[in-house]
Order: sequence, then C-alpha cells, then structure tokens
Amino acid sequence: MAEMNPTGDNTLLRETTALREIGWFERFLGPENYRIITGLLKTPASIFGFILIGLFVFISLAAPIIIPPTTPNDPYKIPRDGFSPNPKPMGTEWKRNAPPLPFWYKPIMKSDQWVHIMGTSTGQYDIFYGIIWGTRTAFRTGFIVVITTFLIGTIIGAISSYYGGAVDNVIMRVVDVFLTLPFILAALILAAVITPRFGKSLFPAIIALIAFGWMTYARLIRGDILSVKQRDYVLAAQVIGVKDSRILMRHIIPNAIFPTLVYASLGIGDVVLSFAALSFLGIGTEIGYADWGQVLSFARNWITSLNQYWYIIVWPGLTLVLFVMGWNLVGDALRDVLDPRMRGKS
Amino acid sequence: MVTYIIRRLLLVPVLLVGVTILIFGMLQFLSPIERSALYIRDVPKNDRAVEGVIKQYGLDKPLYVQYWKWLVGVTNEKTGERRGGILFGDFGYSRIASQPVADLIKNRFPNTLDLTLWAVAPVILVGIWLGVQAAVHQNGIIDQAARMFSIVGTSFPTFVFGLLVLMIFYANLHWFPPGRLSDWANRVVLTNTFHHYTQLLTFDALLNGRFDIFLDALRHMFLPILTLSYISWATFLRVTRSSMLETLRMEYITTARAKGLPEKDVIYKHAQPNAMIPAITLAGFSVIGLLGGVVITETVFTYPGIGQAAAQAAAQLDVVTVLGFALFNGFILICSNLVVDVLYAFVDPRVRLS
Repeated sequence: MAEMNPTGDNTLLRETTALREIGWFERFLGPENYRIITGLLKTPASIFGFILIGLFVFISLAAPIIIPPTTPNDPYKIPRDGFSPNPKPMGTEWKRNAPPLPFWYKPIMKSDQWVHIMGTSTGQYDIFYGIIWGTRTAFRTGFIVVITTFLIGTIIGAISSYYGGAVDNVIMRVVDVFLTLPFILAALILAAVITPRFGKSLFPAIIALIAFGWMTYARLIRGDILSVKQRDYVLAAQVIGVKDSRILMRHIIPNAIFPTLVYASLGIGDVVLSFAALSFLGIGTEIGYADWGQVLSFARNWITSLNQYWYIIVWPGLTLVLFVMGWNLVGDALRDVLDPRMRGKS
Repeated sequence: MVTYIIRRLLLVPVLLVGVTILIFGMLQFLSPIERSALYIRDVPKNDRAVEGVIKQYGLDKPLYVQYWKWLVGVTNEKTGERRGGILFGDFGYSRIASQPVADLIKNRFPNTLDLTLWAVAPVILVGIWLGVQAAVHQNGIIDQAARMFSIVGTSFPTFVFGLLVLMIFYANLHWFPPGRLSDWANRVVLTNTFHHYTQLLTFDALLNGRFDIFLDALRHMFLPILTLSYISWATFLRVTRSSMLETLRMEYITTARAKGLPEKDVIYKHAQPNAMIPAITLAGFSVIGLLGGVVITETVFTYPGIGQAAAQAAAQLDVVTVLGFALFNGFILICSNLVVDVLYAFVDPRVRLS
C-alpha cells in the first residue's frame, strides 16, 4: 500500500501520513518530552558524555571496593602517610595509615603492599584516595544543591508566572538583585559569612550555592508556565471554578516542568565545578576532607616546583575536567534539542 | 527610545536598594560586636567598652534603624565626626589588611583595571572571530574543531587551567611568572623617582619611560590574560556562531548572493554587522565581569587585584572586608549594566521599539 501514499518532502505531508508506531514510553512521556529524551541519545558526543557520567557513578558507588577507608567511621578523611610538607611521587610505598587491601589490588599491582598510586600531596594526603572518595562528595553536593535549587526555583517561578502582574514584577526584580553580583563572588561571600555559624563543613558552601543558584530555574519555569497558561484546558479549568492552587499543581506545572527538570539534572556538572572552586579558594570543608577542590588547592603552595610535582595537579585536575565535560557534552545536546527553532522536527 | 531608557533608569534605584538590603542581610549573620568593625578600627577588649561601642553605634537597635545607620553612618554629636556610612564610601575597617576597606579597594582596583584593559582585546576579538569562522564553514573542519574546543573550554575549570599553564610556562619554562612585578621592578616602582600618573602600572611605566618595567608587567599579566581569554572564547564562539548562522539564513543574504556579490562581501559587509549584536552585549557583560575582579584567576596567579583581595578576606573570614568588596562590585555592576543596556538600545532598534 505504500505506493498509494503521496510522496515528496514537506512537513504537512509527513504529518498527515505519519503511521509510525507509538511505544508505551512515548505515550507515557508525551511526544515533546519523548523527542527531548531521544534527541539526547542521538549524537556521539552526548553518548560519550553519558559514558563519562556512568563511569563516575560507578566510581562513587564502588568507592569502598576501589580503596577501602582507613577510618570506616569517617571515610571522607583522606589518610595521611606522615606529615612532611613535600609531595611524594607516584608509586611510593605507603608506610603509615595504609587502607586495607581490596581484592583487585594483588592481581593487578603484583604486590601486597599499598603504594601511592597517584602520589601524595602536601602533608602526605593520598591523592588517589582523595579523587575516589571525592567523587562521592561531588555527587552528594551536586544532588543536594540541584534538587533544592530546582524546588525553590520552580516554586518561585510558578508563583511569579501564574499570578503575573505586581507579584511577577516584584519577584522578577528580586531575581535581578540576586543576579547582580557575580555568582562565584556572591557564593564566596555568603559561605564566608555563615562558616563561623556552621564550622568548616560541606554546609556553608552548599547553602551559598543554593542561595545564589535558584534564579535560573525560576526564570526557565516562568517562561514555560507563561506559555502553558495560555492553553485552553487551563481556561476551561478556570471557567468551571477550579481552585488556583489545584490548577497550578495539577494542570500547569506537570505540563511545563519537563524542560526545566532535564536542565536541572544536567546542572550537577556546574554545581560540582562551583563547589570545587569554593573549596579551592579555601572556603568549605576542613583540610584533609576528600573533595576535589581541596585536593587541588594543596597545589597552591607548590607553584614554583610544579615541574617536579606535576602529579599533584594533573590527576585531580583531569578528574574534575572529565566530570564536568561529561555533563557538558550531554548539556550541549540538550541545548540543541530544546532550541525552539528545532521544535517539531525529529 | 526615551520610554525604554526611562524604564531602564527606574530599575537602577530598585537594584541598588535591593543589593544593599541583600548585603545588609548577610551582615546580620555577624554578632553585634563583630559588626562594630563597620565603624571602628579596633574592637575593644573589656566588656564595658564593648557595651559602650554597641550602644554608641546602635548595633542593638531594630533592623531598620541599623540599616539607616549603615547607609549614612553615625555622627558624633560633640565633634561632628562621621564614622561609617556606605553612601559616603566608608565600608568599615579591614581586619586582614589593617586599613579601611575603602583604602584597600583604592589600592587594588587599579591593578584589576589594568588587567581588564589588556585582556579586553584578546578576549573579545579572537572569540568573535572564531565564532564567525565556525559559522561560515558550518559543519566543516573549522566548525567541528571550534565546537570541540568550546566544549573542552567550558569544561576546564579556571583554576585547573590556570595551574596547568603555570606548570608549563612558569615551573617548566620560566617564561611567565605569576604575581604583579619582579622584585627588581618593584623596587624601582616604590622609589620616589617613579611617578604614578594614572595608577595603572603599565601606563605609568610607559609615561616614566621605563620600557623594561612595562615589559615586566606585561610578562606577569600574560598568563592571567591567557586564562581569561581561553575561558571566555568558548562562550563568545557559541554566541557569535549561532547568531551568524541565523543571519546567514535571512533573505537579504540570499538576495545579496543572487545579485552576484562576492562571498567575502556578503559575509563581512552584509551578514557580520547584523550578527554582531548579541556578541556586543556579551562583550559588554564580560568587560563588566572583568572589572568586578576575577576572583579565581587573580587568586591562582596571585595577581593583587580586588578579586584576589576578596578571596583572601573570605578565606580568613574577614566578613566586613568581603562585604565591602561586594558592595563596590554591586555598584560597578549596576552602573555598567545600565550603560550596556542603553547602548544596546542605540545599536538594536528592536529593543527600543518593543
């Protein structure tokens, strides 16, 4: 029967003759959201991005198997092999505080004595340990910050766009105020202000990143809600007298939230980057906590001899770059998919 | 046009009040006695004196009273001497620098300005050029390379890139040191015979006829400029490329080609000027960003600008200093954003008509 269908290449024809099967997944997500998901899985770059992300997820889940903690009660404390300030090169024997041997170590390294696989940094902190357990820190901070900023941003953006008028105006001016200071400076200040209250821990930096991170989501969801608000089913609900809160929760947000949700899930790369920047600047966790920015900041004392101690920046630096790159590659594909000029094309 | 500018101007006081409230809000995390650094140099040791200070500067009064005092300062009734008052440019005392925060900013800002002036051309022009090339050769080798470069560029954290170039160009090759000046040059600059006409080191060196010091200053600024350029090129590339691609699809470009204009004229005379508008805005914002002090870059290269001072103060939890920098930064950003927006209206008729 195929030859009876009209042929040629124009959009109208393609739409009228669309006979393709719609699977349960597409039915579940709706055509537009389904297009976003499949678009993300199409280019080699984004697939590579997903592979990188998967690798880091694996590392963070398998951390206790890759390198078991020396102090099981406090696994995020990087074990120290002595107190000498000078970094030790890769492959040096691990004399004090060596972690228990994992099962993979003997077959691969052909030895039953831990060595510093990536060397040690200032104060004999093991770099390999810092990187592996730092992956967990990265995901933890990333998830906490992204979920919280997403929720705050969605609520504020939804209120702003649904009520419109003066409410919208005031909220958007507040957003403007929060966006005035450069992000990293603002976060740095807030973290410095609250550190004496919380002590040195993950919290000051996390709170600072949340306080200055919700504005993008608020703006994004606001734009999407403004367009969903115009649809007929919202008008219909208003006409039959459904309550505002119910219209917002049941009809508007579920239909508007998906692009922001995908955008948020890819925000983890940026959050981890900012968090690392803050701890690199000396704000955040106490010295010796397994987090990438911290491990990198050890290098600040050795700028003049980095030719000798290259491993104290190359390994943690590479880890951070690969992590952020994974999220960026997927994010780049997402930008193409969400580009309004691409809508409606498959 | 006039309505647009008036509406934009009306936003300025709103933003200024908003930013001061935001920063004042953050100050409230401090105890009253810590906040006294806003008005006095040394926090007194004994309890009676502490109470006196709190009372004198109203640090236990309701918030709106404190906010007002913070804005206009506290005047001593007998001597008529005013202390504090951010509206008069008095941001309090810096613990780490043991001098008024305003003086610290005054010392550091010329360095940041100097870096900005030298970084502007490489950051903006090269980024835009890359974007145009990528768009003109869409999906060609240049485009693919540029795209790859832009992804790698955005994935490289500033401090990782900075440390890597320091490792290569300083620790290994000894070409470009961090800091501001070499020791010998610093000694010359501090002597009486070296006149500070503009406070900008590179220009002062030229005006004093010290070409060697000028070169030394540039040598120290090379790596920060490289880092700043590298991280901004990716953004410029992306913005210019997409706006250029959009312009190249316009009908007047087809017309220009159809009437037989050489491709070079079509691209550089017809398409590029119109495609530049988003890039120009971005350029405005990145200059503003540079002026505000680039915290991480300045810290990595120990370049004594305002960003580095802010980071140092934050790391030592000297909150009054950090918030002083934030205020200064906020004022600069709000004013220069205004300038960019108004200029934008002149460049792009669509903005002022909407």
